[in-house]
Formats: sequence, C-alpha cells, structure tokens
Amino acid sequence: MNPLSATNGGRYIAGIDIGTRMTKCAIFDTVSEKVVARATTLTRHNLALASEKALEEACSANDIKPADVFYVASTGYGRYQAPMRQIQITDITTHAMGAKYLFPATTTVLDVGAQNAKAIRVNENGRVMKFKMNDKCASGVGSFLERVAKGLELTLEEIGPLSLRSKDPQPISSICAVLAESEVINLVTSGYPVEDILMGAHLSISDRIVAQLRQVGVDGDVTLTGGITRNVGMVKALEQKIGRSLNVCEDSEYAGAIGACLLVKQRLKKLEEQKTISNGA
Amino acid sequence: MVVAGVDVGSTQTKAVIVNENAEIVARGIGNTGANVVKAAEKAFQMARQAARLEEWEVAYVVGTGYGRYKVTFGDTQITEISCHARGANFLFPNTHTILDIGGQDTKGIRVNEKGEVVDFCMNDKCAAGTGRFLVAAADVMGITLDELGDIALGSTSPLRITNVCTVFVETEIMNHLSKGKKAEDILAGVHQSIAGRSVSLLRRVGLEEEITFTGGVSRNRGMVAALQEKLGTKINVSEDSQFIGALGAALFALDRAKTHQKDGGQAHQKDVGQERHHGQATAEKELKP
Repeated sequence: MNPLSATNGGRYIAGIDIGTRMTKCAIFDTVSEKVVARATTLTRHNLALASEKALEEACSANDIKPADVFYVASTGYGRYQAPMRQIQITDITTHAMGAKYLFPATTTVLDVGAQNAKAIRVNENGRVMKFKMNDKCASGVGSFLERVAKGLELTLEEIGPLSLRSKDPQPISSICAVLAESEVINLVTSGYPVEDILMGAHLSISDRIVAQLRQVGVDGDVTLTGGITRNVGMVKALEQKIGRSLNVCEDSEYAGAIGACLLVKQRLKKLEEQKTISNGA
Repeated sequence: MVVAGVDVGSTQTKAVIVNENAEIVARGIGNTGANVVKAAEKAFQMARQAARLEEWEVAYVVGTGYGRYKVTFGDTQITEISCHARGANFLFPNTHTILDIGGQDTKGIRVNEKGEVVDFCMNDKCAAGTGRFLVAAADVMGITLDELGDIALGSTSPLRITNVCTVFVETEIMNHLSKGKKAEDILAGVHQSIAGRSVSLLRRVGLEEEITFTGGVSRNRGMVAALQEKLGTKINVSEDSQFIGALGAALFALDRAKTHQKDGGQAHQKDVGQERHHGQATAEKELKP
C-alpha cells in the first residue's frame, strides 16, 4: 500500500506528548515541512481526554481541519491512552529527535518534566545512544519545585522570574520534595527573602539533575526540553551548575511532540521508498 | 523528687514527668510547629500543670528529639536514639529491636538487655516510610490522620502502591480514587508500603525479638497490623508508645538527679535562673549516657 494514499488527502501529522502534568500537541505540515500549530493542556486524571483536548485546541487555534490530520503519534507517559493514535513512541526517542530538530548541534538532551528527568546522549541523526532516567523520586524533577512553590504559596509560573532577583541564594538541605516543602516554610519563618529561598531551591535541584546529566556526558551542545524550560530561574541555575549556556527556545516544551511528528515523517518516507523499490523490481 | 524528659519531634513535642520511683506522674503533648522553643515550653508546662508542679520543683530536665537543643530549660540533651532505647527497655524489658516511626524520620535501633544502643539505622532523607507519607495520603484522601489506620483495617483486598516517592504516591492515590477504587484498599496498600520499608530498615540493624514499636505512628492500629503481618510476629506497643522518647529522657534525668543528690543535694536547690544558665551552657556539647 502506498503510504501517501493513507494520508486521505490530509497534509498534517500530529504529535501528542502526554506528560504527567501537561499534555502538549504539535502539528507538522508535510507540505511546508514546518511545525504549524501547538497547544498545551493540563493532563489531570483522564489521559485520553487530555490528548483529545490538546489535538482539538491545536487544530482549532490554527484553522486546521481535524480531517486534514492524517497521522497521529503519541508519546510521553500517557502515550497508550490516546485513543486516536496510529502509533506510540517512547518519550526518550521523541525528545532526542525533537531536540536535534530544534538545535541541530545537540549532543545531549536534558528533558526535565514534572515527574521524571532524562539525560539523553544523541548521535548526529538524533538517535538515542544512551540515556539515564530518574522517575523514582521527586528530588530531581519538576515536582520538587511545585512543592517549594506550594510551601511559599506561589504559583509555578511565578517562582522562576522571582528567583532571578536573588542576591544571596539560600540552599535547601532536604533532598526529599516533601521535606523540602517544610524546610522552605521554616526558612520563610526565619526571615529569609523569598527570592533567595527560591534560587536556593533551583540550585539544589540543579545539582541533582546535573549529576544525572554527567553520567551520559555534558560535552558539546546541551539542549533542554520539557516543562522545566518554561522556568527562567531553572535555566539560569542549570547553566550556572554546568558552566555554560544551554539551548532553549519557545518550542522546547514541545520537543517530544515535534519529535513524534518527525519520526512519523521519517517512517512514512521509508515505507514510500520501500514501495518504490518493490514497484521498480 | 520529680524529673522530666522533653522529646521535641519534627511534628509533635512530648513531655513526661516521673517521680523518684520511675512512675509516670504526668504527660504533655502539642504540635511542634515553627516555634520549637515555645513548643518545648508548652509541652513541659502542660505536664507540670497536670501534676500541679512549679518549674523549680522539677529537679532535672533532659531534652531529646531533633529539637533537643531548643529545650532552653533543659539541664542536658541526650539523643532520641538513646532515649527511645531506654524507654522501650523500661516498658518492655525483653526488647531487642525498636522501630521508631516519627513524623519525618524512621529509626531501627538494636538494644542489649540493659537497654543500651548496640546499633541503629535511620532514614531522615526521604519521606517515604515515615509519618509524612501517611500525612500525604490522608491529605489527598481528605481524611484525618487518626482515621487512617482504622479505615485501612477494613480492607479485604489491599492495592499495591507501586511508587516509592511520597509526591508520586499522591498522584497514584488520586488515580486510584478517580478509577473508583475503595479508600480502605488504597490505604491498606499505603500501610503495607510503609511496613515494607520499615522492615527493610530493621533488617539492616538485625531483627531480634522482642520488637517494640515507638513514635507517633505507633498509635496507628493499621500500621501495627501491617507490621505484624510483614514480620510474622507480634510487636510491643504501649499506650505510652508515643511518649517513649520523653520517658527515656526522664529516666536519664532521674539517674542524673540521683547522682546530683549524692554529690551534695544541689540539684533541686538551685534557683530557676541558674538552671537556665546551666541548660544553655551544656547545650553546646552533647552528653552521651
């Protein structure tokens, strides 16, 4: 079967990355070869619903007819729950591919989400060479900052910009996110400025993330992906610990969703080539 | 003569007053909160009021627990490990292993026949396996900490909690709830998870019977049942299990006070000001019994 006939006249590929906190959707136009639509929505409990909502929002915000989306690939922890998917791909593969697309010089990908952190070494084609993952403990993932924010009665969106005002970061000695929440409250009661506590928290978690990153190697271009890229304080703290700047852009949060689209494109191309070869024979 | 032990835990502060026959005269308890100094004073005051005693009438005060240096009226400080060992040995003389599950840490302590510490193991780095884990579960499920254990006991088919991290377990519980799982089955799983972690900790210090369960979590009947099931043996739990650290501290205080008396009966003749000064001076160096 000609894979292009499977497009049913559609031109778009959708990638849906169902994370523990946020579900991200990116739509790739196979004609212009560009990412043309994006949407995020809170995942909550119903993963299927979240995936549908993200796709719907990405389409409607960009006047894309859902019928024109001929292929849907899901990724992320909820990838098996997306009912409209044609394929599911692990988030390690998609983040590697997405990061390489956003920053072609990438050698290492650091994907930090709400409940897991991955350090991925990639080759020149964006393929995964090796990776280290932490999904057992919140000490080195976004949830840690969520607890710190909760302790300070701030939103997750506020803490990054606020932390940048810090002059004298106050380290958080608790590794455990739950115990850190109490420690933060004690630090506030002891009179430490909120921005110093926040930057201290960002630096403390960065220590653990960078230790994980070093296990796959930090030489070359490090590209940051995942929800953590939305936090400017976190980017600064990580850069300070690594000692050099990191690749971050507007689309960094969508790296997994974009990677999923690209992998679908590659797959279809490969199938088409095989078809051509067999036709010729 | 009466003496006191004040155990300042991360979550609750306990005070026990004993007489010269080592009988408990009064108890005091309150939440530790942010002001640790005040919490220690309040628990001590509560115990004194119950026994109708003035501060100067209490001959010797030993502070213990994570906030022991904040017991400003204390004469000396002794680690909670020694105090739990002493208290457990006093209530259950055949104790060889102690499991102390508190608000934010869990300890496994092996003791000899005299109640002296032979070895111990502690988790204070991670909330999994401590009282905090139960607090998180209670919060997510919208029930109080006191109900938790009894609800868990009603379970016929406990769910297995797969996550270790307290933060992730909160999400796991919410997922179970959204799928319509029963609260008692979820909670039984939560208790089994802590029991599993506690037994591993105990094995690291060497499990030798009898086992005595102390700390705030020992009041939870569901926890006692889960531990007994995991261990395959009965464990000692006293009505006073929450006060065992404070009791141990009070017993050490009694030793010291008696020594002081032999030294010339100075201990309870000092005025309050001097006691305070003495307490602060010794706060710098910790006395090992």
